[in-house]
Amino acid sequence: MRGNVYIYIAVMALVTYLIRMIPLVAWKKEIKSPFIKSFLYYVPYACLAGMTFPAILTSTSSVVSGAVGFGAALIAAYKEKSLVTVALVACAAVFLAERFI
Amino acid sequence: MNRESFRRGLKDGVPIGLGYFAVSIAFGMMAVSGGLTVWQAMLISLTNLTSAGQFAGLGIIVGGGTYWEIALTQLVINLRYFLMSFSLSQKLVRDVPWVHRYFVAFGVTDEIFGVSAGQEGRVSPWYNYGAMCVAIPGWTLGTLVGAVSGGILPDFIMSALGVAIYGMFLAVVIPPAKKNRAVLGVVVCAMAVSALFAWVPALKHVSSGFVIIITTVLVAGAASLIWPVEEKEDDYER
Repeated sequence: MRGNVYIYIAVMALVTYLIRMIPLVAWKKEIKSPFIKSFLYYVPYACLAGMTFPAILTSTSSVVSGAVGFGAALIAAYKEKSLVTVALVACAAVFLAERFI
Repeated sequence: MNRESFRRGLKDGVPIGLGYFAVSIAFGMMAVSGGLTVWQAMLISLTNLTSAGQFAGLGIIVGGGTYWEIALTQLVINLRYFLMSFSLSQKLVRDVPWVHRYFVAFGVTDEIFGVSAGQEGRVSPWYNYGAMCVAIPGWTLGTLVGAVSGGILPDFIMSALGVAIYGMFLAVVIPPAKKNRAVLGVVVCAMAVSALFAWVPALKHVSSGFVIIITTVLVAGAASLIWPVEEKEDDYER
């Protein structure tokens, strides 16, 4: 360690907060452009799907149990279960897969 | 205060808090073994609330990098929050004081953004506050437990909890994908693009933060050209 730990922490926290805060404060008005509106409508789906796969396969102790968790979560989500239920179903599936496969 | 939204946020925050707890145990362990105090480790978690950024930042602190280096690393890894906050800026209810946006901003994480994006129509800041009230303590206390104990939960529980946040993401994206072809296309394409980055040797070295940004801009951009959202089915107007 070279610098002051608290300055490191302050710099990290400040940069991270500004990235989160600027867009929320800068775009208070409703955006009219159909392209931007469409883009922002699709952002959550693209972002969350991209973060989920393939990372979910390596989120557990083996690719097999990760894949089982992925499959179980897909089925539960397809049946439109709540967030909590889908998360727990995925955890339970991983737990069982690691026990029995 | 909107009690109904706050309560819903608390409820959706529970699995987020549990997942955070498990992940931040690992962060607390690493921070202490790198030479930070328990208090410093907790302070990082409390003020940053971001997993990948904190792990990268910790590496720089321990390795003796410069302040510029840590600032730039956070910018690159956390730039995806810019897109999330941009999207959220249009989804927040419009009849509350603007000052709420400064507080909501603090809690824009992958998971809290995920659940608020999954709400029908516009979202109240109180929903985000509810989720933050569970997620922030989960993240900070997990760090404490990891820093003090050096890992208290058995491996198989850590492994099972690791999948929780992805389950939540799927619960957000799959139901609308069933009803809307364009959303289905976006979900499948985004998974394919991010898989390319994970598996194609030449693309493997792109940092995970950039992969998310590239995937999101590319796929959401292409989708808005191919399937522009018509005013009538605009999610925000429901």
